[in-house]
Amino acid sequence: MAKQSEIRYLTPLSVDVKKKKYCRFKKNGIKYIDYKDPEFLKKFLNEQGKILPRRITGTSLKFQRRIAQAVKRARHIALLPYVTDLMK
Amino acid sequence: MNNYETVFILTPVLSDAQMKEAVGKFKNLLTEQGAEIVNEEDWGLRKLAYHIDKKTTGFYTFLEFNAEPSVIDKLEINFRRDERVIRFLTVKQDKFALEYAEKRRNNKGGKKQEARGEEKARDHKAEVVSNVKED
Repeated sequence: MAKQSEIRYLTPLSVDVKKKKYCRFKKNGIKYIDYKDPEFLKKFLNEQGKILPRRITGTSLKFQRRIAQAVKRARHIALLPYVTDLMK
Repeated sequence: MNNYETVFILTPVLSDAQMKEAVGKFKNLLTEQGAEIVNEEDWGLRKLAYHIDKKTTGFYTFLEFNAEPSVIDKLEINFRRDERVIRFLTVKQDKFALEYAEKRRNNKGGKKQEARGEEKARDHKAEVVSNVKED
């Protein structure tokens, strides 16, 4: 019988290395977020159609503001829903 | 003169001819007021993301134009008065939007007019700043 300290794993334990989040707009040089493109805006919404926070998407503050603006415009002209379930 | 873009939704009960007539009416209104229409897109009958006036579809039309700010007021009053229009949105294009819109129009390169775009961009930046202050 192996002692407690001698436990070995078949595969090495994967220690999660946190991936650094980045702002996709800054990285790709996107300057304008189009409210007329609901498919793109859906990347920043959760299943209920709420805008995802920056801490999850990694977007910079400047572009988070523009996303919010674009999403709200898209909602107004019924390209995106205000409330929904199971959007994706 | 500023650059604007507007999207409006017409009721789906109209026939094709009636729809074209309604779009023509607003285009005439704009040109009469001295606006210059840059681009027009007909997105056709689209599903709405939610019900508006118990309707689930609508005819979308997208217009880009240069106009004086006073024209917008008149246009929007006419949108409100017209029962065929169920929703509209008018947005002033800032420098980034302008660049994007040009690319969208050309649908490929669209970098030839960058010099002109930059010139306008400076005016717009100043305007955007003043808008923010008002908010």
